[in-house]
Amino acid sequence: MALSIVESCVNCWACLDVCPSDAIVSAEPHFLIESKNCTECEGDYADPQCASICPIEGAILNSFGDPINPEGSLTGIKPELKDDALKEIQAR
Amino acid sequence: MELNVLNADQAPATAEGCSASACGSSDDQMSHLPDSIREKVQNHPCYSEEAHHYFARMHVAVAPACNIQCHYCNRKYDCANESRPGVVSELLTPDQAVKKTKAVAANIPQMTVLGIAGPGDPLANPERTFETFRRLSEEAPDIKLCVSTNGLTLPMHVEELSKHNIDHVTITINCIDPEVGAKIYPWIFWNNRRIRGKAAAKILIQQQQKGLEMLVAKGILVKVNSVLIPGVNDEHLKVVSKIVKEKGAFLHNVMPLISEEEHGTFYGVMGQRGPSDEELQDLQDACSGDMNMMRHCRQCRADAVGMLGEDRGSEFTLDKIDAMDIDYDAAMKTRAIVHKGIEAELAEKQLKRERLAGVKVPSGPVAANKSFRPVLMAVATSGGGVINQHFGHATEFLVYEASGNGVRFIGHRKVDQYCIGNDTCGEKESALAGSIRALSGCEAVLCSKIGYEPWGLLEDAGIAPNGEYAMEPIEEAVMSVYQEMITAGKLDDKTELKRAEV
Repeated sequence: MALSIVESCVNCWACLDVCPSDAIVSAEPHFLIESKNCTECEGDYADPQCASICPIEGAILNSFGDPINPEGSLTGIKPELKDDALKEIQAR
Repeated sequence: MELNVLNADQAPATAEGCSASACGSSDDQMSHLPDSIREKVQNHPCYSEEAHHYFARMHVAVAPACNIQCHYCNRKYDCANESRPGVVSELLTPDQAVKKTKAVAANIPQMTVLGIAGPGDPLANPERTFETFRRLSEEAPDIKLCVSTNGLTLPMHVEELSKHNIDHVTITINCIDPEVGAKIYPWIFWNNRRIRGKAAAKILIQQQQKGLEMLVAKGILVKVNSVLIPGVNDEHLKVVSKIVKEKGAFLHNVMPLISEEEHGTFYGVMGQRGPSDEELQDLQDACSGDMNMMRHCRQCRADAVGMLGEDRGSEFTLDKIDAMDIDYDAAMKTRAIVHKGIEAELAEKQLKRERLAGVKVPSGPVAANKSFRPVLMAVATSGGGVINQHFGHATEFLVYEASGNGVRFIGHRKVDQYCIGNDTCGEKESALAGSIRALSGCEAVLCSKIGYEPWGLLEDAGIAPNGEYAMEPIEEAVMSVYQEMITAGKLDDKTELKRAEV
């Protein structure tokens, strides 16, 4: 049971500072989660901290390998509504 | 970067303006300030168009993490070739940052200010940010420190901020209405949860306003930065300006949204446009009745080094710093001498300006009892307050407004250099056209020299090229050209009310 970081990570350090288990390591080309230390924040917080501050959709996966922040979840614009949003924004 | 706050008992003095020095000078955002604040900021390059030609600043990139998302920011910040906020080439540890700061201060003695501005939010990296400040206050006490923040965790850090040599804090405040905020900030990280939409914006706004009030109460100067986003917060910023001034911010800096698609920001990718030069200037003018407006911000990188608008960061990379042997005690002595020299020169210029403020628009037969419309003019300068740059070498023009009230600095317009000394550049035509477009609204351009080709194109665009004032002080020259326009009857024609009708 552990989360993982994939290559879309931009190495912004935000997750490393908020992890209660010191499970995140600064690495190249991108940060990594040491699975032996990761608790998914159980017992510490309601939500996994790294995935709650990560600014990149899809960069952190749950233990099943699914993105915790799927497309549209951080921009606030669901993929099927993107065309409407584009129109609205470009009319400004 | 930096911001300043007023002591509550000093605030009323700012409303009057014009008391201490020339109203309408290029430094008008400074001249409205009470003396006690002016003293604090006079050698700060980010606060005055004039000081930035003499003093330098630097940012150290020790703060990568951020606790909110802004739609104008792409958190992938590592880029050597872009110059805009939030971008850096190399992150530093506090120890590396202290080394770098001392190396720069010793090599560029006119560097007076060290800021922490990112690339994330400095107060979302409190340990790295405060360790850097703590060490610099001790080891380099002749450097002013400043910090910029989105404000989310500001209230909990005010006490710590007040302990260091920090007399300026900048808060980026883009809105005071959560409805507007929800269009700018998709989420924040707050109390160990990700909060989205209006609820997120509401918390952020509350924290920013509370932080502003707390800093003012502590006597720390606060500057407010706002990003002008057309169709999102343009009208709203007028209210923001009024409120932050009432609460004691000493300066408001409205900056244009940067949203190129290739920067990969949400706004860039979605096609949100930035404001035109005219939209920015109109908003700054609309706010200036309530607030000291800052007009010469160059929106620099989070690791910028050198004079405003230039970046000498590549001279101070980690490997180069390691090879330097810095004796900071000796450097401090040199720095003190250099700073004194600059202050004397600025004081002399100030006297000159006060004399100029007494100059009235001519009252010849043509001008008698008439008031003439204001005129915008662009100036090519490489610094020193004089017109000393070739039109084709300018990468930016300073825009001044001449009117019956004198000359005031309005802002700067960036252009691509179209002339690099030979004719090999195939894109010369389009770059020149771009320069001329960037000068729209101006009726004259003052430079040291200008080529035949741009001369004709400028005239066609209704902008009078002028090379007659090479090496002369900017404000005197602008006033002279204004007087010439009046004498020549060019301002009599009511149908030419260019700006007023737009």
